[in-house]
Amino acid sequence: MPAGDAAAGDGATPPQSSGHRAWVRLCHWTIVAGFLALAFTGVMILAVHPRLYWGEVGNDLVPALIEFPLSGNSRPADYGPATLFADVPGAPVTATRDYEHDYFFNENGWGRSLHFLAAWVLVATGLAYLLIGASTGHLWRDLLPRLRELSPSALWRDFRNHLKPQGDDSGGGPPYGLLQKLSYSVVVFVALPLMLLTGLTMAPAVTAGYPLLLDLFGGYQSARTIHFFCFVALVLFLLAHVAMVVATGFRRQIRAMTLGN
Amino acid sequence: MKKGKEDLPRRDFMKALASSAGLALAGCGQTEPPTYGHLLRMGDLLTYKAHRLLLPEHALAREYDYGDISSVPAIGTTNPADPARSIYSAEHGPVYEKLLADEFADWKLTVEGSVLRPAAFTLAELKRLPSRTQITRHACEEGWSAICQWTGVPLRSILEAVGLQPGARYVQFHAYDDLADGIDMLDALHPQTILAYGMNGRELPLGHGAPLRLRVETQVGYKSMKFLRRIVVTEHFDDNGSQGAIQNGWSWYAGI
Repeated sequence: MPAGDAAAGDGATPPQSSGHRAWVRLCHWTIVAGFLALAFTGVMILAVHPRLYWGEVGNDLVPALIEFPLSGNSRPADYGPATLFADVPGAPVTATRDYEHDYFFNENGWGRSLHFLAAWVLVATGLAYLLIGASTGHLWRDLLPRLRELSPSALWRDFRNHLKPQGDDSGGGPPYGLLQKLSYSVVVFVALPLMLLTGLTMAPAVTAGYPLLLDLFGGYQSARTIHFFCFVALVLFLLAHVAMVVATGFRRQIRAMTLGN
Repeated sequence: MKKGKEDLPRRDFMKALASSAGLALAGCGQTEPPTYGHLLRMGDLLTYKAHRLLLPEHALAREYDYGDISSVPAIGTTNPADPARSIYSAEHGPVYEKLLADEFADWKLTVEGSVLRPAAFTLAELKRLPSRTQITRHACEEGWSAICQWTGVPLRSILEAVGLQPGARYVQFHAYDDLADGIDMLDALHPQTILAYGMNGRELPLGHGAPLRLRVETQVGYKSMKFLRRIVVTEHFDDNGSQGAIQNGWSWYAGI
């Protein structure tokens, strides 16, 4: 945890930490398990078709926005000869994937099912967290930064604070620092909901019922691409989060998030 | 998936477990998709039940304009007559080869099971029935997508022609590459669930399931089975053994 100006106090003694409540600790570790399962299976699923696109359509026979060297699956050149669907230049084509029996990585059977199971766990825990968080005031009191706190100078000061060696005076739990509040809020209120919505936009049964999702994200493949970049943002958050836990006393912070203070 | 006689008692035990888990989750009995006591299958069942509970019934998947039609790969079985492919049936492959050589003049789709008047339809007979043409997005479980135009007979028309017996709950599809899979009656009666013989204004090409394939627009691509030969209406859930999705490690319901 970053030391200091949690309550925007300058050089004042930081307020005593109240520790993490039991329900916060339970939600935290359930979400950790769900997130790790989702991240792992997400990479497995991406490796089956390691290409990203924009719009509704994307496959091996159309150009990709980004291609990842995640597996040997991205081999558009290894398709059979293309057949035109109409006798005009630039008409859509079809071609046969001939390397399937040769080498094709696909662990989506369990990968997809585990992804969705973990998503259920995360959605249930996330809803419980938001409900308890709203009813106890945890969300507004500890998580959301006040608008008046968000001055460029205060943000810069808190950023510089992170670069200094971290003291022992910061407790495990709220009150949180400014950037800490900001990053937690972005994860809880922006990144995870966006992850859920873009995920649902990839479900044919869901978009049949709610086609608005396709308009919201600009199509099935756009939703998939946004889903990927949200994942990148969440992994960056995870790295920064763990780095701060280590910097402020790994044992103490882990104890605070498991046993309480 | 490993199979064998020694697994049978274990599978019976699994089924008993599954039905109690199914009861708890679904409030129904053996007519529900089983979980085999498998955690992933329980998650699949939860998704299926949640979709059936929360999503509007028979909402139409988005349909696109002619200009949106895109290129589309042909994957999986692209010729059931080719023994070199990984999925090949020694029983049905040679039959398909003959049918293909005659341009499917002798091909017939049999419709049987829990129906009042089992029947067999030739391609010409299917084409004489009222057709539906739709331009929809195909979403493959692999992550790619394509927009294609499909022309065919609504499955509902066929089921109405043969007449469903009371208690009919699932429709199973058997293909020439020896794959078999099923959908529930809600998806079977969906207006966009069609048996397609045309694609992008032409005959259904070989690689895309000639002469007849299923289109289930509310589920991902692998449920839209190609190279159909037989439809069986059932009262109970059928996992289709080693030919079906589940025993090959895949979720039976793929609306997600």
